[in-house]
Amino acid sequence: MTDRHDDVQADRRRLLQWLGAGAAASTLTWSGKLFAAASNTDTRFLLVFLRGGYDANSLLVPVNSADYYSVRPNIAISKTDALALSNDWGLHPALKDSLYPLWQRSEIAFVPFAGTDDLTRSHFETQDSIELGQPTSGHRNYQSGFMNRLAQQIQGVPAISFTGTLPVCCTGPVNIPNVALQDANRAPFDERQSKLLAAMYDNHPLGAQVKEGLNLRQGVARMLQDEMTAANRGAVSTRGFEDQARRMGRLMREQYRLGFVDVGGWDTHVNQGNANGALANNLNSLGKGLAAFAQESGEAWNKTVVVVVSEFGRTFRENGNKGTDHGHGSVYWVLGGGIHGGQIAGEQQEVSIPKLFQNRDWPVLNDYRAMLGGMFTHMYGFNSQQLEAVFPGVKPVDLKLV
Amino acid sequence: MPLTRPLPLLALTIALISSPALAADAGATLSQPDLDWLQRVTWGVDAATVARFHQLGRSGFLDEQLHPQGDERLPAAVKQQIAALDITRQTPLNYEAQYRALNEQQKNAATDEDKQALQKARNDLGNNTINQAMQRHLLRALYSPDQLQERMTWFWLNHFSVFAGKNNLRTLIPDYEESAIRPHALGHFRDLLTATMQSPAMLVYLDNAQNAAGRINENYAREIMELHTMGVGSGYSQQDVQELARILTGLGVDYNTDNPRLKPELMPLLVRDGAFEFNPQRHDFGNKTFLGQSIAGKGFAEINQVAAILASQPATARFVSRRMATYFMAQTPPERVVDDMARTWQHSDGDLSAVLKALLTSKDFTASLGKQFKDPMAYTLSALRLAYDGRQIINLRPEINWLYGLGEPLYGRLTPDGYPLTAEAWSSSGQMVKRFEIARAIGSGNAGLFDLPDGTKGSGFPMLTNRLYYQVFDPYVSGNTRNALTQANSQQEWNMLLLSSPEFMYD
Repeated sequence: MTDRHDDVQADRRRLLQWLGAGAAASTLTWSGKLFAAASNTDTRFLLVFLRGGYDANSLLVPVNSADYYSVRPNIAISKTDALALSNDWGLHPALKDSLYPLWQRSEIAFVPFAGTDDLTRSHFETQDSIELGQPTSGHRNYQSGFMNRLAQQIQGVPAISFTGTLPVCCTGPVNIPNVALQDANRAPFDERQSKLLAAMYDNHPLGAQVKEGLNLRQGVARMLQDEMTAANRGAVSTRGFEDQARRMGRLMREQYRLGFVDVGGWDTHVNQGNANGALANNLNSLGKGLAAFAQESGEAWNKTVVVVVSEFGRTFRENGNKGTDHGHGSVYWVLGGGIHGGQIAGEQQEVSIPKLFQNRDWPVLNDYRAMLGGMFTHMYGFNSQQLEAVFPGVKPVDLKLV
Repeated sequence: MPLTRPLPLLALTIALISSPALAADAGATLSQPDLDWLQRVTWGVDAATVARFHQLGRSGFLDEQLHPQGDERLPAAVKQQIAALDITRQTPLNYEAQYRALNEQQKNAATDEDKQALQKARNDLGNNTINQAMQRHLLRALYSPDQLQERMTWFWLNHFSVFAGKNNLRTLIPDYEESAIRPHALGHFRDLLTATMQSPAMLVYLDNAQNAAGRINENYAREIMELHTMGVGSGYSQQDVQELARILTGLGVDYNTDNPRLKPELMPLLVRDGAFEFNPQRHDFGNKTFLGQSIAGKGFAEINQVAAILASQPATARFVSRRMATYFMAQTPPERVVDDMARTWQHSDGDLSAVLKALLTSKDFTASLGKQFKDPMAYTLSALRLAYDGRQIINLRPEINWLYGLGEPLYGRLTPDGYPLTAEAWSSSGQMVKRFEIARAIGSGNAGLFDLPDGTKGSGFPMLTNRLYYQVFDPYVSGNTRNALTQANSQQEWNMLLLSSPEFMYD
């Protein structure tokens, strides 16, 4: 492990030197493959974390479940509104123009009854559980998230977190840079200032981080400047996540191969709405974002896998406030140009009241570690030891999606 | 005196004019260990702190810090600013009454527009309240001469962490900080623990307001054992957690001014204090066994009894001492420091100022000086204290936002475990660049810190090339940093570089 870690660090250093040299040559534009770093894999993986536990029953609608319609008098998605996916399942209509075309092209699949065996139904407990990717029984090591362990296993593959602080998932020995794209619209420092700042950290333990952080912010700002000049004439965009996702797509197309982003606002205890309303708006914005990400990835989309997860699903029944409370099983999404999409994958069961877990919510039949473990095995050609390092104690399941 | 910027004489002149208090200490410098020690014990140095340190010496300064005098010594203008805040006059009960009134109006509102306006008014009430609590906290942190008490107030708020985003905690937190935490920050741990057990904010946050006989909610009991006192794996059992949960039944919150309807014989056992209520009807009066000791079911008195038991557990002394040592020393503290502190704890009945003294006067603490990576609170506050040196900040919003941006907002930790006390959580690449941006905002004077509430723009960038800088920092600046500083194009850029330097990230 230590050797491998050193190799990763050595590769990182080389990459940084190379990036530093590139950044100094200001005539190069950002789209001119400035960041086209050498790497030993071209596969891209993006994890999208929906924080707050989104209501999977509104996303993947069990259109033939009489119980679904009886327990959700106000918030169910009607069979006519739902977009047909299969005999039993429909898709939330807010995704009609964004993700439904991907379904038709077999570039998206859904895995219902997915999640973790963490049963606390606590946001933070379960988010931590998932991000750490360690067995839920036994001691937790909070310094080791599974994306960081994945980065350790695929040497020299640049990873990034599109967040203001480093999430638990990316915590660990590999230095994963982070940037919040929504407030990175100005170049924080000019080139001279960046050099002065970096020079103060020469030979300092934080030196590599500082340099990488500065380069990343400069690069992102240049990208956004291009964008504003090209399209928006300097106007501030109101498209929110769609713009951010487009930038993520570009960054992952050109430089990064592992990415993490989180999207909040899914904790819908009150007035979550049905085909329209708060949840529909959130899904609409998320769908547009993912479609924009796919589009911006260009040809790299064929080598990209995006997985959308959330800490848990919600109660099957609507509550007294036309919302839903914390539940258990969720629906995870898998997207990518080269995946075997257009299917509802994994273990499934009938959606009905007698089949509910604790008479409350969906059971988890597809453990996320098993599912991601199976996917990583294919994507990166992991042997069992490598997989064990990413997800200790896991038995991978092959959903045949990648 | 190395000339590291253009026009140093001008800057020096300005500094002399603006800091007359320093005249008595002309030429006095601090040794690097003294500087680092002073930075660690305070939220960062300003001229007044350095002057006091020169006057009293290390041990005199520490003794003064260990016996704070509260708001007495706050500068008059800061006292005024705090007195003008609504939270100074309002209690959780007042806030709840305002909420209910708005709710009532909303129900009866004629139009959807009115409904929305009233909904917004309710939301604003919560936001303004928590915003004021942040302002008050930061004003004291920046300007109180009792700096160690301020650091400990933050530490205990983090140890007994509550999250402003849950339920109505926004209106409960001002009182929580003021009544439960701050008065006991350097007092006895048992009193601090008892105060938190009777605080509406904590009882709501950890769901004990729902914990009643026959409908047990273990959440708070478990967190008391795991996070607040003994620490996980210290020898208590699941049985102890369950028994504690039974003891805690009936501790809750009541916003009604009328007493709850009780059986007459239970009436004398009712305890109320503001929004806090011990409701005997919800209490499990059976006898309990907790940590091997028998607790007779007698009502509210059980709380004081278990607080005393918990506060005197050797495991509590060690767990809490280790947290304090980790906070003040950053790296894993050596066991011998924790041993010393725990021993002091046992001798002094959990006197926190005695325990802190054992830590801050230890050899291991001295050896750790200069090596601790500042967390966002320490970084931003020390930058403001150095840069503006006593000039009172009018608008705290930028500082509040910086803490959000760096991932450590006040009352913003979702989980009851509090923010991490170690460096790795705060030094990611994105956070480092964010720090540089904050350094520039502070150094360039564009942050809006002196904007008046009526919107009038304040201005003026700080002169960091001041007397304080030359006396206490300049001798210890590294070659790398000095090189960068000499290349600064302007005073503003010089300020930005100094506040971004590695030296300024550590204390």
